[in-house]
Parts: sequence; C-alpha cells; structure tokens
Amino acid sequence: MIPTATGFPSSKTKDGALYLDNAATSWPKPPGVAQAMAQFLAEVGANPGRSGHRLSIEAARIVYSAREAVANLFGAPDPLRVVFGLNITDGINLALHGLLRAGDHVVTTGMEHNAVMRPLRDLAQQGVEFTQAVCEADGTLDPRRIEEAIQPNTRLIALNHASNVCGAILPIRAVGQIARRRELLFLVDTAQTGGALPLHMENDCIDLLAFTGHKSLYGPMGTGGLILSERINPADLHPLRQGGTGSRSEREVQPDFLPDRFESGTPNAVGLAGLLAALEWLQEQGLETIRAHEKVLCADLLDGLINTPGVIVLGPQDAARQTATVAFNIRGMEPSTVGLRLDEEFNILCRVGLHCAPSAHRTLDTFPDGCVRFGLGAFNTAEDVQQAVEAVRQLAKEAP
Amino acid sequence: MNEAFAVILVDSTSYALRIEKLLKQQGLACKLIPVPRHLSSDCGVCVRIQKQEADVIRTLLQEDQIHFLTIEDV
Repeated sequence: MIPTATGFPSSKTKDGALYLDNAATSWPKPPGVAQAMAQFLAEVGANPGRSGHRLSIEAARIVYSAREAVANLFGAPDPLRVVFGLNITDGINLALHGLLRAGDHVVTTGMEHNAVMRPLRDLAQQGVEFTQAVCEADGTLDPRRIEEAIQPNTRLIALNHASNVCGAILPIRAVGQIARRRELLFLVDTAQTGGALPLHMENDCIDLLAFTGHKSLYGPMGTGGLILSERINPADLHPLRQGGTGSRSEREVQPDFLPDRFESGTPNAVGLAGLLAALEWLQEQGLETIRAHEKVLCADLLDGLINTPGVIVLGPQDAARQTATVAFNIRGMEPSTVGLRLDEEFNILCRVGLHCAPSAHRTLDTFPDGCVRFGLGAFNTAEDVQQAVEAVRQLAKEAP
Repeated sequence: MNEAFAVILVDSTSYALRIEKLLKQQGLACKLIPVPRHLSSDCGVCVRIQKQEADVIRTLLQEDQIHFLTIEDV
C-alpha cells in the first residue's frame, strides 16, 4: 500500500487537517517535486531555449524531458506534439478557439466543466453551434447519445474523461471510435483522469488531449496543456498567443512548427521541472498501483456514506465506474454549511458548491445548491476514509 | 583528434535536444552551440558534430525521421 511505505508524505496538514480536495489540486506532492523545483531555481534558472549558453540549454533539456515524460504517459505520437501552456483550461481554449469556425458544430455532454462550456458559449456568439448529449442521472454516458447528436456540420466531439463533480467515468474509447468512424475530431479533457486512469491517445482515438499537471500527475500548478495527434495539422489550429519562441527570430511571423507555434513567451520551466519529477515518481509507483489503492479507498468511502442515514450519494456509486471522487449531500443541510463545519469542527478540507460545473449539477439534479465533494488521492489512507465517514455521520445525525 | 566540425541546423531548441539525445544513445559526439551568425540569423542553437561523422548522422536522422534543416561545414 502506497501511503504506509516510508518516505511518503502525510495527507494531514501541519495543523492536523485532513486534505480531501485532491480533485481540485492534489496535495501533498511527492517529495521530489519541491526538491526539483528548488534545485531548478537555485542551480539552473536560465531561460530555456532562448540563449545558446549551457545553462539555457540545461533548462531546455529539463523542459524537453518533461515533454517526453508527458508524451510517454499519454501515448502521444511525438514529444514535440505536447504543447505546454498555463494549465488545462489554456489547453482546452487552444483546442476550441484554435480549431472552431462559424458554422462548425460540436457535440459535447451534459457533464462538462466550465473549462469546456464557457469557451463553447463564447464561440456560440461567433456562429459555432453545439449540442450537449444527455447523460444519465448518475453522470454516466451512453455513447449512443453522442452518435445521435452528430449533425452534418459536426466537426468535433469534446468531453471530459471523468466528471470533476461526482467522478463518473465517461466511455471515451467508445466515443473515440465513433469520432473516427464518422471522421470527426475528438477532444478529451483529462483533468480528472490524467495519471489516475489508463489513457492512450492512439488506442482511445484521441486527437486533442488536454491535460493538467497539478492533479493526478502530482506536479505543481501552472503546468498543463494540449497534445495533438498526427491527425491535427498545426496550420489548422490558430494560436491563442503569438510572440517570442527563441526560434526563427529573424521573422516577425509566428513559426509554423511544433511546439513553438503554440508556445510563445517564457514557459513555466520551474513548474515543468517539478512536473518532470512528479512523472518520474508516477512511473516508479505505477499508475495501476495508485488506481488500485484509490479504488479500495473509494469503495470504502462510498460504502460508509451510502450506509449513513440522511446522506444522498451522487454519481455511479461504484468504485470501478468512477474516479476516487465522491459527491454527496446531507438531507436538510446546505453543502456550504457542511463544508464549513467539516473544516472548523472536524478538521477536514473538501470542496462544496457547484465545482465550476453547472451543467453537471443540472444532470445530477443538484443545481443550484450543489453538493459536497471528497476528492481522494494517492496519499490518503483507510484511516482518512474512516475519519471522513465518521464526521459525515455526526453531521447527518444533527441535520433536521 | 579531428577538430573539423559540422553543424546540424534545426527549427528550434526542442529539435536540437531530440537530435542530441539520439546521437548520445548512438555514442556519437555532439554539442549544442549557438547558431554561427554566418549560417543563419536565428538566435537559437544548433548541434555541432564531427565533420567526419556527418554522413553517418545524416543517414541516421533520415532513417529515424528526425526533422532537421541542413548540415553545414563550419
């Protein structure tokens, strides 16, 4: 079991609070992450790929290694097809705003995060159309709903691999196969699953894979981006930003090659040094090992909450069909009250409300009140789960 | 030691790093250096190699489908 091994950080803060907000940002991080970042700042620190001196080249080498590690994890065809950006939202924006033009139609789902919905709503003002395929009340998706939503002008299918609200896993491979068969492009938001569930661009027929470094990859914030399959011609994707790339400096037009076309300005090299260390840790541990551990914890948490009178558990309620994120409500108690009391009285940190996903909450019938979300991570333990269930039990007893 | 060099010109540092990695795996000497001004006005880096190994390296890069612009004597 991962967390009992020596040298692994505790899921408790310095003041003893239990961290259950991994679906927002994983914490703690593997010890090598902070170390790599501190070392980068102290010993490397130069601008990657900008100057020809050896420190600049060393910085670029670290960024390139991070690119390779991301490519390996997601089965990307080529490390240079990994585009780093501010975060996954930036990657999704590049995919949607870069690709879509007036008259294009997009099929998405009723379980999306605002990272997808807000760009789509904005694009709709510019003549892009979209349809939200209806999901089940537990947040799952029948891939036939996607097929039914396809129109003659459909160009892209865009969905998240798992819900950030209730953890429901969407059938991306089945949808990817539909996209391939119907000659559509396929964008997957892997915010909740990158590093947590097996994913492979080619096998899952993904053309645009948006990823984040700070959740289940266990890297720092400010890392993430978009990976392009070989079916995406960089010329068909308009860059969100133009500027210095350290290449083709004699020309005042944006380079057309990858990744420079989409990576203007100095990158977050210190963050990428941390991400590289995180990905090395992830590879050492093995994604399957972490997934198995989280699945056991998730099953225990689901079991404990389902068997607590007054608690309504949302989502698939099946550890095999969801990530280690569990959403629930206590009957007669507002989610915000639950969150505050968990924090102040029970020393448990979680996230309540709408989780930037009003669409998903409409599907789960929890709009506009929202719900409480426990996001488990690799460093949580069986004791953590017990403590969380016990706290909810106490609160549920007091609910009117 | 033969001190005659050639350089591989590339689109960007990322390509140079990819070539460096491959050449190191193959035990071929190389070094990333700033692009000599007389070859290109680009401010980036290129891969300096032993001139006598230029043909072997060219074939290797072509076989591995690793993109580069040209190989020039310096």
